[in-house]
Amino acid sequence: MLRLILRDLRLVLRQGSDATAALMFFVLCVVLFPFGVGPEPNILTRIAPGVLLIAALLAALLSMERLFQGDFEDGSLELLLLSPLPAEGVAIAKVAAHWLVTGVPLLIVAPLLALLLRMPADQLGLLVGTLALATPLLSLIGAVGAALTLGARRSGVLLPLLVLPLYIPVLIFAAAGLDAGLSGLSPRPHLLLLGGMLCGALVLAPLAIAAALRAAHE
Amino acid sequence: MTSPQLFTGQDLLCLRGGRLVFQDLDFQLAAGGCLTLVGPNGSGKSTLLRLMAGLLKPLRGTIAWGGVALGQDPEAHRARLHYVGHLDAVKASFTCREILAFWAGLRGAGGVDAALAAFAIDTIADVPGRFLSAGQRRRLSLARLAAAPAPLWLLDEPTVGLDRASVALLEGAIARHRAGGGRVVLSTHIDLATPGGEVLDLAAFAPVEDDQDGAEDAA
Amino acid sequence: MHRFANPARFLKIANAVLPWAAGLSAVCFAAGLYLGLFASPPDYQQGDTVRIMYIHVPAAWMSMFTYSTMAVAAAAALVWKHPLAEVYAKAAAPLGAGFTALCLLTGSLWGAPMWGTWWVWDARLTSVLVLFFLYLGYMALVDAFDDPARGNKAGNILLLVGAVNVPIIKFSVEWWNTLHQPASVFRLGGPTIAASMLWPLLLMAAAFQSYFFAVVILRIRAGLAARRVQTLRLGQAN
Repeated sequence: MLRLILRDLRLVLRQGSDATAALMFFVLCVVLFPFGVGPEPNILTRIAPGVLLIAALLAALLSMERLFQGDFEDGSLELLLLSPLPAEGVAIAKVAAHWLVTGVPLLIVAPLLALLLRMPADQLGLLVGTLALATPLLSLIGAVGAALTLGARRSGVLLPLLVLPLYIPVLIFAAAGLDAGLSGLSPRPHLLLLGGMLCGALVLAPLAIAAALRAAHE
Repeated sequence: MTSPQLFTGQDLLCLRGGRLVFQDLDFQLAAGGCLTLVGPNGSGKSTLLRLMAGLLKPLRGTIAWGGVALGQDPEAHRARLHYVGHLDAVKASFTCREILAFWAGLRGAGGVDAALAAFAIDTIADVPGRFLSAGQRRRLSLARLAAAPAPLWLLDEPTVGLDRASVALLEGAIARHRAGGGRVVLSTHIDLATPGGEVLDLAAFAPVEDDQDGAEDAA
Repeated sequence: MHRFANPARFLKIANAVLPWAAGLSAVCFAAGLYLGLFASPPDYQQGDTVRIMYIHVPAAWMSMFTYSTMAVAAAAALVWKHPLAEVYAKAAAPLGAGFTALCLLTGSLWGAPMWGTWWVWDARLTSVLVLFFLYLGYMALVDAFDDPARGNKAGNILLLVGAVNVPIIKFSVEWWNTLHQPASVFRLGGPTIAASMLWPLLLMAAAFQSYFFAVVILRIRAGLAARRVQTLRLGQAN
C-alpha cells in the first residue's frame, strides 16, 4: 500500500499539473470573493469560514475526477485489482495519495488566505484543525463518486451531482465549528462530530470505492 | 472430483451486455500445461480470460483451483496469477525500470534486471514510458511475468505489436515457465509455438438459439 | 435468456395486482380529494390553504418510502444478485423524484401564504431538497453508461451510500437549522389532528401508495420488455 502511495506521489511530482491546478483554483476562488461582496472587513470576516470551506470543497472536487481516471485508462487499475493487494487497500492508498497532494497543501495555504479575508489570527489554528478533519473526508467521499463514474459518459457533470449533496454534512459541521470559534464559543462538539464522521468514512468509504472499482472492471 | 493440482472450469456460462457469450464451457489445466484460446472476434476469449482472473464472475458454473472455487479465496488466486490484457499499464513519466520495479514490488519480488533482459528491454531501461513504441510497451508489460514468479499466466493477445524476434522471446519465456510447472492460458490470432499445449475453440460453445423464449412469451 | 432472470412469476402476480392497485388508487383519489377539498373543514388558523396538506404530506411520505425501498432493492441486487431488484430501483426512481418534486412544490405554495415567502431554509425543506438531488444523481448515473448492467450496479452502490448518508444529512441539516434560525414557524397542529382532516389525509396517502404500485408495475413491465427487445436484437445480430 505504501508502495502505491509513493508511486502516486511520485507520479504527481513528475507531472505536477493536477495538484497545483487544484491549489491555484482554491487560491483564486477565495481571492475572487472580496471582489464579489466588497472589501468591508466585517462582511469578509463573517463569510470567511464559509468561503474557505466551499473553495476547499470545490478544489477537492476538481482534482477528484482524475483520481482513478488515468489508472483506469491505461490498464493500471485493472492490474492493481489483480495484485495481491485487496481492492479496499488500493482504494485507501489512492485516497491517501490524493489527500497528501491536494489536502495538505491546502492546509498550508488556507491560513494565509484567511488573513486576506480578515479572519482573526487567533482563529487560524482552529481553521487548520477543522480543515485537517474536513479535507480527508472530502477526499474519501469524493473518491466514492469518482469510482462510481469511471467510464461514464459526461462524468465531469455527473461527479458534482453525485458528490456535492453528500458533502453537505461536512460543510455544515466544519462551518459551524469555525463560526463557533469566531463568536467565542467552543468548537469542540462540531469538531468531535467531524472526527466521528471521518472515522465512519474511513471504514465505509473504502468498501464502497472497492465495490465501485470492481464494478467498473466487469 | 477434480484432483488438487488442476485449474478447472465447469459448465461455465457468461452473459455480457445482455448477450449470451458462451455456455456449457469446460476446461482443465494441469501443472506445466498450456491452453490456447481460439475463436472469431466476439466469441469470448477475453471474457474467459477475465473470468479466469476473477475480474468477472460467471453467471453459472464454477472456476476452481485444486477444487477450491475462486470466489472462496480470491486473494490467494490473485497472488498466484499474472494477467496481461490489452492495455499495457505504462505511465508516460516513469522509466521502464521504475514501472517494472513497482509491479514486481507489489508482489514482493525484485528480479527487475533479469526480467528486463529476458524481454530485451534492458537497453532502454531508463527511457520514460512516453517514448516507447507499441512493441516496446508490450514487451515491458510482458516483462512483469518474468519479474515476479506466479504459477498462472493469463495472456490476452500477448503477441499484438510484437516483432518476430520478440515473439520468439515470449515463446521461450512460456516454455521456461511451463518447464518449471507453471500454467499458461493465452488467446492469440497468430501461431504461437506451444508444444504439447491444448487448444480450446470457443466457437464450439457459442449459444444455440432455443425455444425457451417462446415458452416465456406465454408466461 | 430469461431462464436466468425469470420474471414470469413476477409478471403473473403483477398483472393480477395491477387492476386492483389502479382501481384502488382511482377510488381513493376521488374520495380523498372530495373529502379533502370540499367535505373537510378549513383550519381555524390557516383557512383553506390547509388543504394543500392533503397533497403535500402524502407526497413527503412517498418520497421517503420510495427511497428506502430503492435502497433495500439495491442491497438485494448487490448481495443476492436478484435481477428484479435493480429493475425495481430503476423503475421507482423517477416516481420518487416526482413525489419529492411535488412535495417541494406544494411546500413552496403552502409557504407563500403561510410564511409570506416561497422558500425557507427550514430543516425539513432543506433535507427534502437534498433528497431530490440524490434521486437526480441516481437517475443520471444509471443512464450514463453504455452497458446498462454497469449503470445498474453503480446506481445500486450509490443508493446504499445514499442510504447511509440520508440520516446524517437529515441530522446535520437539523443541527445547522437550529444554529442559524429560530424554531420553525409552523408545526402541524400538534399531536392531535381532527378526524375530519385525518380521514382525507389517510385516503390520499392510500391513493398515492396504490398509484405508486400501479405505475411501478407498469414501469417494471416496460423495463423487462425493453431488456428483452435488446436481447432479441443482439441475438439477430449474431
